[in-house]
Amino acid sequence: MMNIPLNIVSTVHDWLFSIMPEGVATVTEWIIVAALYLALFAVIGLYLVLLERKVAAWFQLRLGPNRVGPWGIFQTIADALKLVSKEIYNPARVDGFLFKIAPYFVIVGALISMSVFPFSKQFQAFDINIGIFFLFSVSSIGVIGILLGGWASNNKFALIGAMRSGLQTISYELSVGLSLLTMVLLAGSLQLSEIIEVQRTGGWLILQGHIPAIIAFMIFMIAGTAETNRAPFDLVEAESELGAGFHTEYSGMQFAYFFLAEFINMFIISSIAVVLFFGGWLSPFGITEGITWFPEFLWFFIKVLIIIFLMMWFRWTFPRLRVDQLLTLEWKYLLPLNLVNLVIMAVVIWLNWTF
Amino acid sequence: MTDQKVKTKMKTEEYFVNMGPQHPAAHGVLRLLLTIDGEIIKNVEPDLGYIHRSIEKMCERDSYQQIVHLTDRMDYLSSHINNEAVCLTVEKGLEIEVSDRVKVIRTIIGELTRLASHQLWWGVMGMDLGALTTYFYAFRDRELINDIFEETCGARLTMNYFVPGGLMYDIHPNFVKRTKEFIAHFKTKLPEYDRLLTGNVIFEKRTKGVGMLTKEDAIAFGATGPVARGSGFASDIRKKDPYSAYDKVDFKEALFTEGDSYARYKVRIMEMWESMSIIDQLIDNIPEGNIKEPTKAVIKLPKGEFYQRVETARGELGVYINSTGTKNPYRVKFRSPGFSNLSVLNHISKGVKIADLVATMASFDFVIPDIDR
Amino acid sequence: MKNEDLQNIINGLAENLAFSEEGSEFLNVTIPKEALHNVCSQLKSNSDLDFDYAYCITGMDWGEELGVIYHLESTKLKHKIVVKVMTDDRENPTLDSVWDIWRTAEFHELEVYDFFGVKFNNHPGLRRLFLTPDWDGWPLRKDYVDEANMIVK
Repeated sequence: MMNIPLNIVSTVHDWLFSIMPEGVATVTEWIIVAALYLALFAVIGLYLVLLERKVAAWFQLRLGPNRVGPWGIFQTIADALKLVSKEIYNPARVDGFLFKIAPYFVIVGALISMSVFPFSKQFQAFDINIGIFFLFSVSSIGVIGILLGGWASNNKFALIGAMRSGLQTISYELSVGLSLLTMVLLAGSLQLSEIIEVQRTGGWLILQGHIPAIIAFMIFMIAGTAETNRAPFDLVEAESELGAGFHTEYSGMQFAYFFLAEFINMFIISSIAVVLFFGGWLSPFGITEGITWFPEFLWFFIKVLIIIFLMMWFRWTFPRLRVDQLLTLEWKYLLPLNLVNLVIMAVVIWLNWTF
Repeated sequence: MTDQKVKTKMKTEEYFVNMGPQHPAAHGVLRLLLTIDGEIIKNVEPDLGYIHRSIEKMCERDSYQQIVHLTDRMDYLSSHINNEAVCLTVEKGLEIEVSDRVKVIRTIIGELTRLASHQLWWGVMGMDLGALTTYFYAFRDRELINDIFEETCGARLTMNYFVPGGLMYDIHPNFVKRTKEFIAHFKTKLPEYDRLLTGNVIFEKRTKGVGMLTKEDAIAFGATGPVARGSGFASDIRKKDPYSAYDKVDFKEALFTEGDSYARYKVRIMEMWESMSIIDQLIDNIPEGNIKEPTKAVIKLPKGEFYQRVETARGELGVYINSTGTKNPYRVKFRSPGFSNLSVLNHISKGVKIADLVATMASFDFVIPDIDR
Repeated sequence: MKNEDLQNIINGLAENLAFSEEGSEFLNVTIPKEALHNVCSQLKSNSDLDFDYAYCITGMDWGEELGVIYHLESTKLKHKIVVKVMTDDRENPTLDSVWDIWRTAEFHELEVYDFFGVKFNNHPGLRRLFLTPDWDGWPLRKDYVDEANMIVK
């Protein structure tokens, strides 16, 4: 049997270049990849919504959506149709231009981040040598969208929500960055495919780094959950307190953008965790290495889904933290812990105590 | 050239925010006008009346049997206990002594009602603070109590079962068996609730030290029920002025002295355990006797004033009936626990954050129809 | 403390007090409205009486007079008493507010004002609590007529 995944990218590439002049073929390639990522964005976002509803239902001892299609698979299509058909209106006295472009900031940030992920050895749109650094900086663009949305809505509650969210995201980015830095120390490179190469030969990074890596993982999970404004850090959209926070005034497709973007952010955080800690698209103990036709991106998605399940578990179990408790957690506990952990990791590597 | 240090003070303005009447965390139609400075609250002014149905005026034109049915709708989570309050007042006026069977059944059903009300409170408190799953667990167990009531009284929320003189009809034959099964089941569930919420670090940080109420303030503002008992004011009417069969059972009064939301939470959890203990003591020995003492078809209370207090799930409910000897009362006043508890809110919310206000209101357990009557 | 002892102590606090025990299970004291604030603050501060808990404050329309009924209790000494005060001015009834003695009176007096129209001196902010601010009339008075909303049998 042919190595199907291996050949798809190169087959398509060769075929395009053979039928069109070079410039046009390059542009067509870009367009195809962009369309593919947009489709991936939409599909992953929509199905994560369904997964969230099902997981929530199982925790709450009920069934979740199960009418539309077997196990409710087509529920998200129904939801998407509903959102698309809603009337988009602009409330009076909103700042028109800012109000309209706010959702796009969030989407653009999420899409660019998604483009550098190594889904498998061949499926990686951008393999730049500053991979992690680029990823981390681009994912901070989303904050601008939230602040703009809250400000332009001309609504006190939306503004309070947006300010809280901005505060939270900026604080927790520090923790995310430092824990990523700890793992980069261990892997020795910022480029994502290099990091996976290191894990193929030496074992998963979380096992290589033992104690400091495990601490870094736990800090990353906490800070990553806070980055995406999910419970227990979801004051921003605390339904019991301030209506719906910064996206109160949005409806229809624009609301859908914010909503999807939250799930895509969850996907991004989980993907970063999988790539840096759990070996990306590598199979555990190399069990499917020999089977050349095995689609490796399947392993990637399975690991990502496990981490997403963990994040959903947090949401449906814990109550919410208050704003000042959130900030205390970050600045007084996580940040010093992170710095100490970084030093420990450096010492461990220097003394060659890794596995 | 003099070098003057210009001190510019950053000026922040206070602004008004309306919380309610439609709001996911206001337990009913309550409108609070908050004056906020940033995240700190300066003043809380409640605006009531959205569900005011002039029950007291209606009582002046209805007969004594009819006013019992109006009280279900006041605090609908302790509907049996509200009915009991009016029935006891009328029986006090007519000087009727109900049989032991009626007293014991009234006590058991009152405690089951208290359990159901606290279950709902527990679910809603978790939900207000962000743990959305607690709501479903609480309702799953509350449905069992509703089923027991539906079999005996015919309704799940506004049950008209107590009448002046006794009960409307005898309990269903399955009542004792189902209640015992439910108590055995719930005794395994309450520790589960403890593990989920009580010991949780995030929950403790949200409720400890939040909404402090001192004992003197509780007495001065007339706060009763778990709100007062969390501050050390021993206000349980079942111990102070026992009615029905409460002087025959042995139970502890839940009293804590810290005065914060966590203490009020612990009071209610302990009350749930005590309710189950009371039911355990009574359920096996319901004495035989009359279901209803005979009263005239048209009840006329003698001229005078009659007052009776009971302990609902929210606090002390008092019924004051002033009668001039006719077939309708001259004046009926319901001293509702929620009204006095609400007056404390402004006093303890000065200088706290909005999220703390939500936690405090959740621990106060308001039911707005009780306040508005 | 027994009702006779209570009556003896309270009788010394002011003049023209009327005591009664008929038709009620508690000792009833009717106070003239000028002496209300004085007597009430002594009821609370006198250590033999120590009435610190006002558990029910009721507005009342006796047909010709309007007034307020206070049910008081002592949390330490465990005795109860009923204090009544009335005014026969139906056009502009005014009584003293006791909110500085028992803080719970602040809300209860708002309710009495809302339904009976009794104004209270020195109240921190008298306003309509339950009804809308532009409501006409005092609903719980016996002579209140409302064709649209009241169903009279």
